[in-house]
Amino acid sequence: MPKVIKPTRRDVLKYGAAAATTALCTPYVSRAWADTVEINMLAWYGHGEPDVVGEFEAANNVKFKPKYYAGGDNMMALISQSPPGTYDVILSDAEFVQQLNAADYIEEMNPADYPFDDMLYADFKQFPGHWKDGKLYSMMVRFGHLGVSYNTTAMSEAEAMSYKAFWKPEIKGKLGHFDWHLPNLGQMSLTNGNGAKLWDQDEAGWKKIQETTMSLRPQVGGFFDYGGTFNGLKNNEMMAMAGIGDWITGVLERDGAPVKSVVPNEGGIQFTESWSIGKGTQKADMAKKFIQYMMSPDGQVHSARMLAYPAFCVTKGGRAKLNEVDPKEAQRTGQVDGMPNDPITLIKDGRIHYRNIPQQQSLEDWNEFWQEYKNAS
Amino acid sequence: MTTKTTKPDTYAIAWRLPLIVWQGLFFVGPLLFMVAMSFFLVKNYRMEVALQFSNWQRMLSKDFFWDAYFFTLWLALLATIITSLVAFPASYFLAFKASERLRRWAIFFLIIPFFTSYLVRIFAWQVILAQSGVINAGLSYLGLGPWQMLNTQFGTMVGYLVLCLPLAVILQTFSLANIDKRLVEAAHNLGCGRLRTVFTVVVPLAKTGLIVAAVFCFILSFGDFVSPYYLGGSKPPTLSIMIVDTSKSGQQWPRAAVVAIMMIVTLLVVAFTAIGFAYRKRGK
Repeated sequence: MPKVIKPTRRDVLKYGAAAATTALCTPYVSRAWADTVEINMLAWYGHGEPDVVGEFEAANNVKFKPKYYAGGDNMMALISQSPPGTYDVILSDAEFVQQLNAADYIEEMNPADYPFDDMLYADFKQFPGHWKDGKLYSMMVRFGHLGVSYNTTAMSEAEAMSYKAFWKPEIKGKLGHFDWHLPNLGQMSLTNGNGAKLWDQDEAGWKKIQETTMSLRPQVGGFFDYGGTFNGLKNNEMMAMAGIGDWITGVLERDGAPVKSVVPNEGGIQFTESWSIGKGTQKADMAKKFIQYMMSPDGQVHSARMLAYPAFCVTKGGRAKLNEVDPKEAQRTGQVDGMPNDPITLIKDGRIHYRNIPQQQSLEDWNEFWQEYKNAS
Repeated sequence: MTTKTTKPDTYAIAWRLPLIVWQGLFFVGPLLFMVAMSFFLVKNYRMEVALQFSNWQRMLSKDFFWDAYFFTLWLALLATIITSLVAFPASYFLAFKASERLRRWAIFFLIIPFFTSYLVRIFAWQVILAQSGVINAGLSYLGLGPWQMLNTQFGTMVGYLVLCLPLAVILQTFSLANIDKRLVEAAHNLGCGRLRTVFTVVVPLAKTGLIVAAVFCFILSFGDFVSPYYLGGSKPPTLSIMIVDTSKSGQQWPRAAVVAIMMIVTLLVVAFTAIGFAYRKRGK
């Protein structure tokens, strides 16, 4: 006769408790085995993707959890709504670093940890807003130039060498705007010949910027976000785009689209992106290691060739490595010593102005005018 | 005389309670918070609790706000009228002419678009409406075009129809299908022509359903962000786009709340007026 197992109530409780404990602990056990560290990243789109961080993730057994934003205001909004310590690493537009610091959102960094001696240009070592009272708060990792972006079938490079190209009658209704007031109004300020004082305009200067901008309104075919800007240029809906540069046209150009960006004679605007360590992070060491990686030649190459949007290297080592592994991209972007469109040469020639926030007006004033402009017919 | 005290019906209350709690927590609560937030201030990208009317004053005194307000109102009204008119013949056919089987299949196909994300459908329409898109490519074979459809008000309207038309047809069909067919037959027997029957018998009998469908179209179009942004090129922006712009720039959630409240008030006024009209009895 087969033996019938009859568990007692005590057995049921004992084995049940053991099973429940095992089930509840399993995720922690597996995590302990894997020991993968999760790094919370706040950045522009693309910085947490495998083409940029994949190698670092594999080498250090970490996993990035990115939260993407578009625009410095948007970044400030996101971080101010999150409790301290939410983000381990923060990629910021350089002009917003001082605001991050003023709001106490970022940690002080040790300059000795980063390759300042290898920077391509002296300004990059002491980038405005990155240092306060001799203390470092952010590390410049990449930059790009904004100018006239255009479809090569709609205008020649010579025409594109002036912002006046935006007013060309042939592209009426075919001029797009990247929907952010800062770069667009900055370009209008440059159109007015404000040069290095483009962000520092008194009431009369600001009024003139508004008049110039309003005169462009009949040309405008639309206001676009990141994806819309890509599509507008790709579908030939827009023949020129204001407020952007190679960071968008470069992606399309690599795919063979007839689009290009140039820095016009009136000057171009430089966007600068920098890494900071989030205040209150529990993973400061790994955050530091990641920023060191992004400053290394390998990290610089990944950053320069980023699929989402390309940018320039900031270190000599990065540039040398880019020329070694992808000479075509180095040539396309002028990151070769001696090329006339070498971004460092353009800066040295005084044709590039670092993006900033308005000095004599508030961001709200600029934004409100941008709303008026969008509503105008 | 003794007064009879009625005990509260705990069974009924127990069933109603989850809905009341849900609405209180996730609708009334946030709504009240948004109203309160419209009086807050923003300093250094951080909201500070305050009771200031400056946000209301600043937003309502700006021409660009009123331009966007009336433009949004106009677009939503236009979308409602076009959708209702386009939907009616299809609904009439499904309710009165189509077989039961065909009607079931038609309703099924009208529901299918809701299985995919509205945003994805709008991105697909970008490809269709683009200068080098499907429609213009077809027109080029006829020696026509290319016509600018994307980033225009026409594009926005196409998006609104994509959003509202299936729903309008479904609601109108259900409303028309519930009409007592004998009344239509009686009208015919009394010598009423087809068109006159539609306007004097069918439309009045289906009035409630037709207005409810129109109200849904208005609500969806008035608050939509996707179509005016991705098909209309944000040119000029609607109130929804203005909310995004305002909250993005300088973390001005309180001013965005002002815009949102104005939208809610408008929607409530329109919805209650329309529903009041829908349920108003004849002769009153």
